[in-house]
Amino acid sequence: MLRFIGRRLLETIPLLLAIATFTFFMIRLAPGGPFSAERNVTPEILLNLERHYGFDQPLWKQYLDYLGGLLRGDLGPSFKYQTHTVNELIADAFPVSLELGAWALLVALSVGLGTGLLAALKRNTALDHGPMSIATLGICLPTFVMGPLLVLLFALGLGWFNAWGWYEPRDRVLPALTLGLYYAAYVARLTRGGMLEVLSQDFIRTARAKGASESRVLLRHALRGGLLPVVAFLGPAAAGLITGSFVVETIFGVPGLGQFFVKSALNRDYTMVLGTVLLYATLIIALNLVVDILQAWLNPKLRLE
Amino acid sequence: MPGRPARHPDPVRPAATRGSRVTLWLLLIAAVALNACGRRESPVDVAAREGILLINNADDISDLDPHVVTGVPEHNVIDALLEGLVRLDPRDLAPLPGMAERWEISPDGLEYTFHLRRDALWSNGDPVVSRDFLLSHRRILTPSLAAQYANMLFVVTNAEAYFNGSVTNFAKVGFEAPDPHTYRIRLNAPTPYFLGMIGYHYSWYPVHIPTVERFGGMARKGTRWTRPENFVGNGPFVLREWRIGRHMLVEKNPLYWDADRVRLNGIRFHPITSLETEENAFRAGQLHVTYEVPRPKLDWWRTHRPDELRIDPYLGVYFYRINVTRPGLSDPRVRRALALAIDRPGLVTTILRDGSLPAYHVVPPGLRGYSSPVFAQATDLEEARRLLAEAGHPGGAGLPELEIHFNTSEKHRAIAEAIQEMWRRGLGVRTTLANTEWKVYLDQQRTLDYQISRAGWIGDYIDPNTFLEMWKTGDGNNNTGWSHAGYDQLLEAAAREFDPQRRLAIMAQAEVILLEELPILPIFFYVKPYLVHPSVRDWTGNLHALFPYREAYFAPSPGPLSSR
Repeated sequence: MLRFIGRRLLETIPLLLAIATFTFFMIRLAPGGPFSAERNVTPEILLNLERHYGFDQPLWKQYLDYLGGLLRGDLGPSFKYQTHTVNELIADAFPVSLELGAWALLVALSVGLGTGLLAALKRNTALDHGPMSIATLGICLPTFVMGPLLVLLFALGLGWFNAWGWYEPRDRVLPALTLGLYYAAYVARLTRGGMLEVLSQDFIRTARAKGASESRVLLRHALRGGLLPVVAFLGPAAAGLITGSFVVETIFGVPGLGQFFVKSALNRDYTMVLGTVLLYATLIIALNLVVDILQAWLNPKLRLE
Repeated sequence: MPGRPARHPDPVRPAATRGSRVTLWLLLIAAVALNACGRRESPVDVAAREGILLINNADDISDLDPHVVTGVPEHNVIDALLEGLVRLDPRDLAPLPGMAERWEISPDGLEYTFHLRRDALWSNGDPVVSRDFLLSHRRILTPSLAAQYANMLFVVTNAEAYFNGSVTNFAKVGFEAPDPHTYRIRLNAPTPYFLGMIGYHYSWYPVHIPTVERFGGMARKGTRWTRPENFVGNGPFVLREWRIGRHMLVEKNPLYWDADRVRLNGIRFHPITSLETEENAFRAGQLHVTYEVPRPKLDWWRTHRPDELRIDPYLGVYFYRINVTRPGLSDPRVRRALALAIDRPGLVTTILRDGSLPAYHVVPPGLRGYSSPVFAQATDLEEARRLLAEAGHPGGAGLPELEIHFNTSEKHRAIAEAIQEMWRRGLGVRTTLANTEWKVYLDQQRTLDYQISRAGWIGDYIDPNTFLEMWKTGDGNNNTGWSHAGYDQLLEAAAREFDPQRRLAIMAQAEVILLEELPILPIFFYVKPYLVHPSVRDWTGNLHALFPYREAYFAPSPGPLSSR
């Protein structure tokens, strides 16, 4: 297992380098630059600005300089937030994204697993059709509809929560619900499907025939295999949740990383774009690795392979 | 078939009783949770009690260095932290004493002598002296700083030459500090808007030199001198917190010369970009002042809570740029026909619905002493068709399909669609719409890679010059390919004119040329709709949308208002 993890970690280095290189040159190809402004500046000012940020150097030199910085863990200065470095901005925003993602994951798993299990166990009853219809609706209902609905009901209508901001503990509730419920719907459907498949297999019938209690059949025998599809989904889902969602962050004013992902591209804040892309890539790689390990633990067949 | 788990009812405890207990527990938990979450004192009430104004500033700011930044959100915060030689009365924008307690203007209007107040201090206790201004003005004109607003100082003798490097001795630039409390500025020409400009525009504000020096020197940008732990200002407030994505907090500066009259204890600027989120925050009692109002909601606010809706005039014009180098559009008759076929009152009443004014000229109304000529009194389709036919395009025949460019925005799209239809129906002119992302749009404007493009201009000072100068030949903001020697001469003559009335008359003549040639089609004059909580008093509007930080205060008991 350790060799497997080690090999996977080594594979990440060229992958991240390729992503950094691709992003570096792609963003430079985009029309418009960080200094394009509504009020035009004289060529002298533009030249001085470019000199200040090292844009007067050839592109290959800029690229090598960037890679040099990267090796030292320095993601460079932000072009938009001129007194802040990309490292500082990410250090400030990432814990927020992580926290929101964790709460949302909790919502997604608790609601999704509970509903999915219930639906699988009460197959073809009202307790199956009802929650599954809601789950389908949840998948169809995008966050930009769900978010404002929750704000309307719980912030403006009942006044229980703030409509915007990330100040009090209660400010976590609505964004986590908006983000979490969307994923909960997927988790519910995957759980139901996975459980139904496992429950139909011979070893479950054997367990029942041997007189195992229903809870033992469920917890000891079925759950482990039934959750495999959910676990496979959890990697990208957790990455999506942690990197937040620009929409949810905008609706609720969550000061996470999602805002930078979109804004930095629009502002042509090159270093910030690179910083967020690299962080996201690292996260996705890391979470997929965790999922692979989890899957191997859950599924003996995979372990043998 | 999967086996369905069998149910084995508890033989001892009836299921109904167990269900009831569970329900009872759930109800109890819900009641406790609801009680914990229940309505509470809203953030605006808490803040009002503490004297903190909660305001949306529409975006995160890039920096607080007045010689480096260019945006309106930056301006709003800098105005709370720094003060120039003069400041403007938020009611009528008249120049009031700021760091200078009085000033004299030489009879020829070329020399301004400012007498700095002796009680003016920086927030670290240092006195504010004329050298601070001298070095600050030298700093923004230093070429290597690459200040994008350095041209605001080009009205001063030799300032432009120093910036361009043709004059290297700063002593030859028209700034002088004969003693610590006297500061003299010599101008190229009489500039009637000079006091208004230096009171409004942050490029003229001083910075605390030792602090700037300590963090990388005078000619470096993006250093840490503007961080809360380092920032030293001379304005009514001092910087306490700056958290990107969250807020900026400024608190009352006890060392400010007029601190006794500042009634707010602080201001918290929020960076809410979405109009809907901003409105929700206001309705949930989280903001005292919004930046805007979503257009579709304007009528609701007008009808249901008119006392909280404010619509102030704003010094700006929305127009369409015409690339006069393109076939068809090079003919002024075609441009005039296009201008005459736009139903401006229809646009402002059906699409904008915010009280914007139809524009038949370029310089917005409200500038004292100046009356703009107009290119038409109203939409004139008959004349438009006649002009188009005269230009050789009866019913739009022979005119290439035109493309209307705009940057991504619902408002720009709606306006472009309406104008597209007006031109199609009224003139038979075919157009397509091209929506581009902001930076791409800026690039296309700069390189004249468009045919017709939406644009807007907000005045930098209260004078027609700020709207007319940009159309001079070769001006960096012209971006139309239009050039007119007569127009250039008139603007130069206006700059040399000593008599204020005659100067404005010459500018009006220049605007006549602009309206005859129409390289731009004025569409409407902006207004600024926004929401103000009823607890906020003395919140005055003005053409610059300058915030009345020094004047605003809270009503004695704002509590019940926010619970609506």
